[in-house]
Amino acid sequence: MIPGTEHVIEITYIVAAVLFILSLKWLSSPTTARRGVWAGEVGMVLAVAGTLLYHGIVDYKWIAIALVLGAIIGVPLGNVGMTAVPQRTALSHAFGALCVTLVGTAEYYLRAPDVPPFMMSVLSLEVILGGLTVTGSLMAAGKLQEILPQRPITYKGQNFVNLAMLAVAIALAVRLVLHPEEMVLYPFMVGIALVFGVMLIVPIGGADMPTVISLLNSYAGLSAAAMGFVLNSKLLIVAGSLDGASGFILSVNMSKAMNRSFTNVLFGAFGQVQPAGAAAVEARTVRSATAEEAAAILSAANKVVIVPGYGMAVAQAQHKVRELYDALTKKGVDVKFGIHPVAGRMPGHMNVLLAEADIPYDKLLDMDEVNADFPQTDVALVIGANDVTNPAARTDTGSPIYGMPILDVDKARTVMVIKRSMSPGFAGIDNPLYYLDNTLMLFGDAKAFVGSIVREIAGGGGHG
Amino acid sequence: MVKPDLINSLYVFILAAFIGFEVIRRVSPLLHTPLMSLTNALDAIAVVGAIILAGEHKSTLATVLGTIAIIAATSNAVGGFIITDRMLKMFKSSRTQKP
Repeated sequence: MIPGTEHVIEITYIVAAVLFILSLKWLSSPTTARRGVWAGEVGMVLAVAGTLLYHGIVDYKWIAIALVLGAIIGVPLGNVGMTAVPQRTALSHAFGALCVTLVGTAEYYLRAPDVPPFMMSVLSLEVILGGLTVTGSLMAAGKLQEILPQRPITYKGQNFVNLAMLAVAIALAVRLVLHPEEMVLYPFMVGIALVFGVMLIVPIGGADMPTVISLLNSYAGLSAAAMGFVLNSKLLIVAGSLDGASGFILSVNMSKAMNRSFTNVLFGAFGQVQPAGAAAVEARTVRSATAEEAAAILSAANKVVIVPGYGMAVAQAQHKVRELYDALTKKGVDVKFGIHPVAGRMPGHMNVLLAEADIPYDKLLDMDEVNADFPQTDVALVIGANDVTNPAARTDTGSPIYGMPILDVDKARTVMVIKRSMSPGFAGIDNPLYYLDNTLMLFGDAKAFVGSIVREIAGGGGHG
Repeated sequence: MVKPDLINSLYVFILAAFIGFEVIRRVSPLLHTPLMSLTNALDAIAVVGAIILAGEHKSTLATVLGTIAIIAATSNAVGGFIITDRMLKMFKSSRTQKP
């Protein structure tokens, strides 16, 4: 080996760590964000190149094959459609955690039976967090891809069973820390973590996905940081902490946006919003409107706020929404978008879909910005969003979503809601918004309905 | 006695976590999806551990697990960077968009 290689490797790692931090710093603004990706890529390539110089490597064959195979799998995963981004992200959490769990397992069997207590502690943390993230993320990806049923599956004593499993895994970990030579226990510890991951996601419904994906992100990061402790790799600790911190911040954001405490994120998020008891639904009337009427109201408005939700993504309506944005902007109407933090299936989901449809990002407002605007708004147009606009969250203490911050669409002069039918949304909660005097229901498929509004506006309302 | 390695690692962990919080807090909610895919790609740096494991050939088990781990991490790095860049390319301001 050439003398000094050790130092070269260390230097590539330090540079990579700096680039990773810069990468995230540059991501703070859309104008510098792409530079952030570039910094991350350079850091990654440097660190991998540095590692390949390591003198302990005796055979490059498997490394080369694996790198090529990984790249071959990675390219299509990087080119999925934008609507598939949530499940792709969940899948990548699974892959990241799989890498960490496998490395942790290999390290254990290489070192056992002489594993010092601290080493065994972090190693256990690494594989337990990693293991539950692998299966948990696969479950989440399956639900998002609709391979698995989207509906939450709950049973009596679910929380007890889950916590008991976690307790057993931790007990095994403690036993291994005290007696690392009892190698027979290790597979059980990992096995329970894997099963626990599945059980954790079983009760999760689609609407809870933004929180869960963020949480799994955080776990994947923390397990990678733990792996950094095991391998004594500072670079890995840095990258893992950054990822863990990011997932943590997003989880807290999402939990705040759903009015859940932090303990609720860690445990309660895995429970389920109690469906509203078969509330005595009085015969309340709703007013509906046709595309023609909607087009006339929108054209006459000065200020329109469009509120998209997961329903827009499902209907693939974002490009029609862009046409509507264009048509109204051309008429001099001020059109903005109000995005709730938990709209969609992962943090920022709606922004990506609207950006894909070429809507300028300075028109996409977050909840606080847009809520200040609603009282001066002529028309709030809700497309495929339900609970995040439900005024019961403000007023009805008995509502399961009471206290959740919502978009105050009801404060706009006119509210229009595009919806397939009057059936309640995913969480099964009735939405009093639909019965307000200033609300017009537009019944139909989001994509088709927006399309016909656009045609009416383009036709100059000549048909009416 | 606690090894100095461990203390160093803890320092690195704590400092990196603080930097992470401060830097990521500033990321606009607009970019939360790319944030998640980018941190995921960066997390794939775990590949360096897998590379050493697969290359050292200390046991067959370690080589096999290391090889699979490299595949998983590399696909994350490659896919994560590609999709993050694709997403960020789409974010345009109305000022730059005007012809």
